[in-house]
Amino acid sequence: MMLFKLSIANIVKSFKDYTIYFFTLILGVAIFYVFNAIESQTVLLNVTSSTSEIIGLMTDILSGVSVFVSFILGFLIIYASRFLIKRRNKEFGVYLTLGMSKRKISIILFIETLIIGLLSLIVGLGLGVLLSQLMSLLVANMFDADMTKFSFIFSNDAFVKTLIYFGIMYSIVMLFNTFIISKCRLIELLNSDKKSEKVHLKNPIVSSIVFVISCIVLGRAYYMVTAGIQELETVDKIFLPIIMGSVSTFFIFWSLSGLILKLCMSIKNLYYRGLNSFILRQFSSKINTMVFSMTVICLMLFVTICILSSSLSIKNSLSANLKELAPVDIQFSKRVDYTLENTANREEDELALLNLDVVDTLKNMGIDTTEFIDESVEINIFSTPDLTIADTFGPKLNEILANYRYLNPHSQEKIISISEYNELAKLYELEQFAIESGEYIIIADFDPFVKIRNEVLAEHQNIEVFGHILKPKYEKCQKGFVEISSNHINDGILIVPDHVLADIKPIQNILAGNYKMTKKEDKIELERQLEKKLKENDGNFTLIKGNSKLIIAEASIGLGAMATFIGLYLGIIFLLSSAAILALKELSESADNKKRFKMLRKIGVDEHLINRALFRQIAIFFATPLILAVIHSYFGMKFSIFILETFGTRELMRSIIMTVVFLLVIYGSYFLITYFSSKTIIKERI
Amino acid sequence: MEHILKIEQIEKYYGNKSSLTKAIDGISFEVEKGEFVAIMGASGSGKTTLLNVISTIDRVTSGHIYIDGKDITTLKGNSLNKFRRESLGFIFQDFNLLDTLTAYENIALALSIQNIGPAEIKRRVLATAHELDIEDVLDKYPYEMSGGQRQRVASARAIITDPTLVLADEPTGALDSKSSKMLLERFNHLNETLEATILMVTHDAFTASYATRVLFIKDGRIFDELRKGDKTRKEFFDSIIDVVTLLGGDLNDAL
Repeated sequence: MMLFKLSIANIVKSFKDYTIYFFTLILGVAIFYVFNAIESQTVLLNVTSSTSEIIGLMTDILSGVSVFVSFILGFLIIYASRFLIKRRNKEFGVYLTLGMSKRKISIILFIETLIIGLLSLIVGLGLGVLLSQLMSLLVANMFDADMTKFSFIFSNDAFVKTLIYFGIMYSIVMLFNTFIISKCRLIELLNSDKKSEKVHLKNPIVSSIVFVISCIVLGRAYYMVTAGIQELETVDKIFLPIIMGSVSTFFIFWSLSGLILKLCMSIKNLYYRGLNSFILRQFSSKINTMVFSMTVICLMLFVTICILSSSLSIKNSLSANLKELAPVDIQFSKRVDYTLENTANREEDELALLNLDVVDTLKNMGIDTTEFIDESVEINIFSTPDLTIADTFGPKLNEILANYRYLNPHSQEKIISISEYNELAKLYELEQFAIESGEYIIIADFDPFVKIRNEVLAEHQNIEVFGHILKPKYEKCQKGFVEISSNHINDGILIVPDHVLADIKPIQNILAGNYKMTKKEDKIELERQLEKKLKENDGNFTLIKGNSKLIIAEASIGLGAMATFIGLYLGIIFLLSSAAILALKELSESADNKKRFKMLRKIGVDEHLINRALFRQIAIFFATPLILAVIHSYFGMKFSIFILETFGTRELMRSIIMTVVFLLVIYGSYFLITYFSSKTIIKERI
Repeated sequence: MEHILKIEQIEKYYGNKSSLTKAIDGISFEVEKGEFVAIMGASGSGKTTLLNVISTIDRVTSGHIYIDGKDITTLKGNSLNKFRRESLGFIFQDFNLLDTLTAYENIALALSIQNIGPAEIKRRVLATAHELDIEDVLDKYPYEMSGGQRQRVASARAIITDPTLVLADEPTGALDSKSSKMLLERFNHLNETLEATILMVTHDAFTASYATRVLFIKDGRIFDELRKGDKTRKEFFDSIIDVVTLLGGDLNDAL
């Protein structure tokens, strides 16, 4: 009982030291709960079956991410509790000299961890339940569901899961604490606050050389993921710039403190003004003792910025794309396959089916398009083994293949007649074109391909289409597409004069149109029936596939939501961890700082000068890894823009602003808490 | 002679009504310019409290303290810091140097917080370092120096601002006898050639014997006062020992 009282007294007494720890634990628990509770929130939403499939996939991924997150939080908690033990070395030393056994000290720590753990779980879960009500608004918004009625949601699964995960983490911390206590020696505990810091100033020449080399390596890594991106053909090659970047980050921090110090010392007016020499020395000694932590924090911040802004921009671009790339409600596509294996052993009347258009084919299946489609356009797509990508590219082929190895030169080009395309473009509200009889146009919107094709078009490459020689009308690809989709994926379609395609059999018929009905529920019901009918005819000789705006919307919404939630989850946890490590490191040194500031006060330094010194010291400390992380992110984002090319990146600015807001709120509040806690600590008089 | 420091009937009480401790119980004395005064007393005699109230780290319960004619018991906030920064120099038992700064920077800090330019700082640091014989440790960190060197660096920091009064709290407390002797000889040098006024608290008769005047404190009151006059240091030391014997108690342990 005595030990229990002692533990309680300790927690109350050192509450100030625990603030950051407690704050971090509560946020960790709350976030863990919120993201695991998403599943139960989606249950109440009225969504279609395909959306709920996506939600199922999303919750699976989120729970996988949760395991990863629990590892990060676990390490963070152990790191934090190590700091707290260090801070109380002297207290434990006194206990030991009084004859208390190490086992009993472990029990004290055990009880403390238990109390703190229970408290943080209770408060954190409470906060999590509240936050998840806000989250349900976001969820409803994401899945385009109506939130007409508010209902309080409590997720039992998430609750139990949080308890189990954090229970395990706390148990590990308890074991770890016991281990630490059993290892420590009395003399070290008692003298721990007397050790004065040894300052090892690195050789400035060595520092400068290391710094310059690191910058060059980093620059090379930046180049590899941006301008030199074409050389990264396979996935495993991306590891080289990542390793180069990480290692050079480490050495930049390693050499930074000495370099900055030397630089500032040479500017005597700056260095010997007020407390500047003191602030700079404090900063450099701190950086020197935590080069590795700084590197990890910097990289975590970098990943956070990239994840957050990419995932948010995926969501934003997807909804923007939807308007542009799915301009009609429904599209049916019929492949006309004349190859031998398909037509062999078929009856005459069966073969005749191939020549039917989409409307008639659907009618044979019992679907009358006139019943539900308002305005529509039907077009034919052609292709021939005599016109492949290799043929279009002509003499430039080898040069292009050398640069773009993932191109397949044998794939056949798609061809469409100008009058049919213009009809479709009118329906899609796209630009219409006019060409002379000897000309062709290429429409494309998938940027990497647009770039390649533009190289060829710039050479005025002539092509032969079904016996006609055509020359390009424009030196560039024109914007446009035929099939509706969620992303810019049209890698190129040739538009040719009508007469070129006369009497040629198409390989694909496409029917695009808008529904007569306007209500969403009616559309959903219609598509449910269409799907059923199409499925009944699944084994048919002439296969028809349907794609609709609703299906695309659901897929993009699901993808967007998945990206957003995973991005938010990881981003917030990373941000939390890095800010917490910085805060703990700063506060763990508060005992040393207290002595130093007390001394400054004794020699007559004004209070506002002391506060300003403290503020600057902490601000520089927090800013350093962030600045490098922001520079990393600039290039990292360029890389992810390349990767996310198909999604489009028009909404990037908005997502970057959102990321900055997140950063300011979480990182900023840790900074402020650290500053104010440090201020109270250095104000205390002994 | 003008009075640098004038103390009038100061009292300092700790605790509450039920258990009142009179740390200082009506002390008055004056220190003149260029004097080197030692205050001796056993643990708990009130000597450290006396130093704390003079240095404005602590406040008196009643009475007045004048430094250069200014009543410092009425000072508050930043004017207190300004006074401490410009009129006082401190030397502590445990040196109180900033472990992250070199000796040079530690000394320079006292000037840079007064917004003095780097060229002037350099000139004065080098001159003071010469007086205290620490020129060759200026680029070292505190942990690379001996205790004596550290205390001389701390002394340099205390006197570089040309303070009205230098306050030293057990300056030899953490030093071996050889370093103590060297430091005290430097104090004498500063006192004689630079006319620095020094007020030093100690419980060690040997240390006190370097002063020009010794005040003995017991139970918060002045018990006795000795002036060196024309005596040699050895003779002065012997007369201090006589008073210490009379005082009795644990001061004997220091011999």
